[in-house]
Amino acid sequence: MHLDHPVTMPHRHTYSAEPLRADGSPRAFRVGLGGPVGSGKTACVAALCRTLRDRLSLAVVTNDIYTREDAEFLLREAVLPPERITAVETGACPHTAIRDDISANLEAVEHFDETLDPLDLVLVESGGDNLTATFSKGLVDVQIFVIDVSSGDDIPRKGGPGITTADLLVVNKTDLAPYVGADLATMAADAERQRGDLPVVFTSLTSDDGIREIADWITGHLARWRAKAAA
Amino acid sequence: MSSGSRLAEPGTPPDPTVPATATATNTAAGTDASCGHPDGVHATARIRATYNGRVTTLPQLRSDGPFHLRRIRTGGRGATVGIIGAMSAPLGGDRLALDITAEDRAELEVTTAAATLALRGPTTAPATYDVRLTAGEHACLRWLPQQLISAAGSNLRQTCTVSLAATSRLLLREEQILGRADEEPGHLVSRIRVHRAGRLLLDQHTAYGDPAPGWDGPSVLDGHRAVGQLLVVDPELDADRAPVLLREGIKDGCAVLAPLAGGPALFATAVAPSSSALRELLDQALGHALGE
Amino acid sequence: MSRAALLLLADGRFPAGGYAHSGGVEAAVAHNAVHDIHSLEAFCRGRLHTTGLTTAGLAAAAAAGCDPLLLDDAADARTPVPALRAVARKLGRQMMRAARATFPSAELDRLAAERPQGAHQPIVQGVAARAAGLTPRDAACAAAYEAVGGPATAAVRLLSLDPLAASWLLARLSTEADAVAANAAGAAARVETEGPDALPSASSPLLDITAEQHAAWTVRLFAS
Repeated sequence: MHLDHPVTMPHRHTYSAEPLRADGSPRAFRVGLGGPVGSGKTACVAALCRTLRDRLSLAVVTNDIYTREDAEFLLREAVLPPERITAVETGACPHTAIRDDISANLEAVEHFDETLDPLDLVLVESGGDNLTATFSKGLVDVQIFVIDVSSGDDIPRKGGPGITTADLLVVNKTDLAPYVGADLATMAADAERQRGDLPVVFTSLTSDDGIREIADWITGHLARWRAKAAA
Repeated sequence: MSSGSRLAEPGTPPDPTVPATATATNTAAGTDASCGHPDGVHATARIRATYNGRVTTLPQLRSDGPFHLRRIRTGGRGATVGIIGAMSAPLGGDRLALDITAEDRAELEVTTAAATLALRGPTTAPATYDVRLTAGEHACLRWLPQQLISAAGSNLRQTCTVSLAATSRLLLREEQILGRADEEPGHLVSRIRVHRAGRLLLDQHTAYGDPAPGWDGPSVLDGHRAVGQLLVVDPELDADRAPVLLREGIKDGCAVLAPLAGGPALFATAVAPSSSALRELLDQALGHALGE
Repeated sequence: MSRAALLLLADGRFPAGGYAHSGGVEAAVAHNAVHDIHSLEAFCRGRLHTTGLTTAGLAAAAAAGCDPLLLDDAADARTPVPALRAVARKLGRQMMRAARATFPSAELDRLAAERPQGAHQPIVQGVAARAAGLTPRDAACAAAYEAVGGPATAAVRLLSLDPLAASWLLARLSTEADAVAANAAGAAARVETEGPDALPSASSPLLDITAEQHAAWTVRLFAS
């Protein structure tokens, strides 16, 4: 430390995990969505936007491996106006961007906090990755890990930080289970063994209302987080 | 080659009376004052343009050394001066300077009749070539020299120091050709610095040719031998615009035209395999800058 | 002063966003101008002596206590293309966030307040170095090393180069990086008497041009 500065407990300057912004106003609730390539993260984000956009002020940060592809999908689908969707480059390191060096993602979410007022919820979608990616608690308030039945029903058994620690595990594409020979009961049992009391949702995002349970889970967390921040 | 044999044209002998003080200000422009050489030519040519309420006049047109100045009749409000090379210069050890001023409301264009060729001189000491451009309020100054060619074995330190008033307009184009056809270039170090209304607008330093480290690599020139800049400063310019990219690849040359931070100014950087390709890129950039 | 603080500041793992930037190597790879370890070395050497020298000078001057706002103007004048100015300020904000959490200081706070959109990254890095009790030479060294470390790491990812070869390359350039840092720190020491004009303004035409080309791509791995 520089001798000119008395060494005191440093005042927090990152504000990343705190519910208030630097100026004291509340920031948006942040939800991370991770999971392997092709499991349906972007579909999940799109469905959440369609379901929640009439009730909440929303924004999305995508962390595509190649920047913009997911952001452009969301723009094409017109789930949100363009100023509510942004892409963060990850330099071929999607893990790093959401876990080890979250500065670019924090820039993006704080930009939304500053430019969109009021803002209730920011969804941060990670780049498609393997089973080890998790979000830093400095970046998001809760995280959802999305897998699907067609990649093998042994994925919950294999575990990994995403499966075991995510606040919500979503098992997508249940409608395909009969075609790919996936045993949903085994998946549920394995997930419970890995996750204890943490919730698991089995769904098919292509079906009507396939997103409802996930949307309800998010709004429930948002309400509790706000109540806690206000206390 | 002795300095005496370098008198290519009669009538404009180097002025031996140019005192060292004429170039002493070079240190302010980043030139090492110690790089002159007793055998080298020391010369400072000066152009001063004023506006008499009707047209631009040239109260000072002082040829010196290799710089033979000639007013070119163009008609109209402005004045045009051509610089004719009166000897082969710069050679190693030379200390050359051009001092060009367009005073308030004057409109001045200065060109060179032929490319400037930097050659190896009687000494391996660097030559210096300092161009100082000054434009007053509502003045318009255009500095459009032909290419500077850095021939094998030459060693030149070039500076271009520009001082603009808040309301003056500038068009500047510089082109550097590294080596005559198929030869290794000499050592060419350049610094351009532009102040506008007392604030720094642009500061760029380049070093090409051995022994400059890394100059020919993929992050600097990638084998290109022609490099140039174009600067347009104009208070009426709409400088708040997206960059213009000229050519997508890099093999056949490429350029970008973009606003400077301290604007109203557009600046183009171009690299090309040849002088003609470079000129083409800079002409295109100028067309974009002027909205053509 | 703490040697370990310098290692922390210069560490690629310092969470200041550098991992997502290739220093121009992504564009050079796309143009096939960088395709193997030798062309990467030439790229890094050129970048070290241009951008690297200039950023090292700015970092050293900031670490020496020169007015960071004056230096920020000097950095703008040394960065003629908007894409690189935007990148420098974005990385400056990210560096500011990490630096204020790591080396809290009133000078960092003041700069953050005066440049809410971010100061140029090497200036933030220099003020951070000062907050950590490091010397201008240290700050220059961190900036010079970063000028080559970033592209080398990015090229390993883009070209699947042998990371051992990339480390060898960085070791080969380390003497030159030290010399650049010494040169930059020497220039920074003259700012007090000569003003920011004393600082290097070494530039590279292709890094400027290709940075704008890269910024216009719709598909890319790196932010710059």
